[in-house]
Amino acid sequence: MMSSLVPLLQETLRSLKVALWFVFLTFPIMVIKVHPLEKSIEWRWQNMIFVGLGTFILSIVARILMDQGKKRRKKRALQHAQKYTLVQTILREPKYLYPLAFATLAFGLVFPWIFSSYQTNIMITALMYVVLGLGLNIVVGLAGLLDLGYVAFYAVGAYSYALLNTHFDLGFWVVLPLGAILAAFFGILLGFPVLRLRGDYLAIVTLGFGEIIRLILENWNEFSQGPSGISNIDRPGFFGIELTLDQSITYLFYLMLLLVVFTIFVVNRLQDSRLGRAWVALREDEIACQAMGIDKTKTKLTAFALGAMWAGMVGVIFAAKTTFINPASFTFLESAIILAIVVIGGMGSVVGVIVGAFVLILLPEYLRALSEYRMLAFGAIMVLVMIYRPQGIISTAKRHIQYKPKPDDKHKKQAADPS
Amino acid sequence: MSAILKVKNLSMRFGGVVALNALDLEIHEGEIVALIGPNGAGKTTFFNCVTGIYKPTEGDVLLTARGQENIRLNGLKPNQVASKGMARTFQNIRLFQSMSVLENVMIGRHCRTKAYILGAILRNKATRDEEQETIEKSYAILKKIGLEKYVNESASNLPYGAQRRLEIARALATEPSLLLLDEPAAGMNPQETKELEELILRLQQEGQAILLIEHDMKLVMNLSHRIYVLDYGTLIATGTPQEIRNNPAVIKAYLGESDDDSQHRSHKEGANA
Ligand SMILES: Nc1ncnc2c1ncn2[C@@H]1O[C@H](COP(=O)(O)OP(=O)(O)O)[C@@H](O)[C@H]1O
Ligand SMILES: [Mg+2]
Repeated sequence: MMSSLVPLLQETLRSLKVALWFVFLTFPIMVIKVHPLEKSIEWRWQNMIFVGLGTFILSIVARILMDQGKKRRKKRALQHAQKYTLVQTILREPKYLYPLAFATLAFGLVFPWIFSSYQTNIMITALMYVVLGLGLNIVVGLAGLLDLGYVAFYAVGAYSYALLNTHFDLGFWVVLPLGAILAAFFGILLGFPVLRLRGDYLAIVTLGFGEIIRLILENWNEFSQGPSGISNIDRPGFFGIELTLDQSITYLFYLMLLLVVFTIFVVNRLQDSRLGRAWVALREDEIACQAMGIDKTKTKLTAFALGAMWAGMVGVIFAAKTTFINPASFTFLESAIILAIVVIGGMGSVVGVIVGAFVLILLPEYLRALSEYRMLAFGAIMVLVMIYRPQGIISTAKRHIQYKPKPDDKHKKQAADPS
Repeated sequence: MSAILKVKNLSMRFGGVVALNALDLEIHEGEIVALIGPNGAGKTTFFNCVTGIYKPTEGDVLLTARGQENIRLNGLKPNQVASKGMARTFQNIRLFQSMSVLENVMIGRHCRTKAYILGAILRNKATRDEEQETIEKSYAILKKIGLEKYVNESASNLPYGAQRRLEIARALATEPSLLLLDEPAAGMNPQETKELEELILRLQQEGQAILLIEHDMKLVMNLSHRIYVLDYGTLIATGTPQEIRNNPAVIKAYLGESDDDSQHRSHKEGANA
């Protein structure tokens, strides 16, 4: 009895301390109100009580949640490692996974006919972030290179199309692969100077790279028309037929759907290849990896290039979708959202990234009902996800190659045993 | 018997510390050679220098891989050294913990296979065949090392002794002409050490040349054809196990260590300065 009471008391005291600190720190803005015209000061003591009580209760709730999360994780760690959750079982078994994938795809195919073009438009954005997330997942999830400047490649793609379209009248379908190649080239360009960096250092340098690209676009007026941006970019062409706005939204939607399917296909194959294994090995232990004959430079640069490529493609599509771009679309916040998609969805997991993109892009849209509390609710949901599912919403049990010894193999062994 | 590895006048300095001092060493085909010496003598540094992890301050490292000319290894990157035919294990186990046992060995096949981006995406016949071959060869190595029952396990779930053996398996997957083992018996119990001894002997009988760093003197004396003794970065003796056992300089170096290692070291460094 006593033993359980003591930590409880300690927790309460700790929360009380947090509450007092908050009251103290928010005192100047929450309690004191200066009326400069009447030269008087209003003391709003009731605010102090609200802040104190609110912080105290929130702090206790957070502590309880965190404690439960910790207990659950400990319990899970104690269980046998090879036990799969329901979601993991579904994702591992082709007989569940394929029908599920087909159903999702079928739903995607009829989506524009069921929902309004407003909804379709939002869905296009979500699909764009799916591809961005999958691209960044190659760099961060597989190769373990924390890249905070990913938006730079997105910008490269978008500006490639905007500039080539306005100056040289190049069409969408020509620039789509060009944007991908240019972004990949920029990926290698970023990769070279950061080859020796890891972790925090890498994160800071890539963040700087992203900002440099944005600042160049903002300040080099002759090249990019600065903050005012580039407008009147052509929408994607459809065999030379003029499309209405609604039609072109539907068209873009199908295009994005196709790109998502293509991305999933490619990323999956890369993941299960000699190259994918090298990325994971590089993430785990660089020195051992090199000593086993893996070229660190080549492998890292490939990861940067193959990750950036997708951002370049989505950038081209983004420019074609909005017909107007300016540097404000390519801020650090964008990189942070894409990284959040990867982390919250489930690092290294394709399905996780897809779910993450839908949660992070669609949730704020559908939380509009909460009006000004929208971002608060969004933040709270993200915190809850991180408390309850630190591995991300979908943590796929890592796929290993399952080796089954051949029957004749066993035979030989049995024959050899008695001797 | 011709030499596989020739190290000439190899020196490594870290600032003022001379970790290796003008080392000469030779390993012949089919030999087990041991490199011994007290802690901090520079044995691991020697491995790091010949495998390209460190760039030696001075000296030459020449490798004569099977049926090839002399290859100068100094100046090459670690991955190039591995593909030229020299593979190593680490004193502190450095497995890829999140990968399965089989996948760890498959990483060792990386420098003997080719498939890259296009192969991965298209997954054409050549790529599929290569992947299958990688899997089969890796499994064959696991069987040789006696780890086949763990094939699909995660590397982190392996018992300690098995992890050490897996490091050897992974190195063997690179098809090395010369295998470097850095304290493979460290932390093993007597049973595991005995099995390791049998394994190393079996590899040698199959023609594998091995350079071994080891503190377990019984293991070293049983296995080695020749021994090099290192103390404070300098070779103090070389010879057969019998010669080394009776060498006064070696006895002194080892007695000095058992005395009080840190005192001994600071004293010697003071003398150097
Ligand atoms: N990267 C390094 N920087 C500075 N000193 C090093 C470095 N690596 C090794 N040394 C020094 O070289 C000496 C030999 O170390 P090491 O080769 O690990 O010895 P051991 O024979 O026990 O394997 C030690 O004094 C160690 O401090
Ligand atoms: Mg050592």
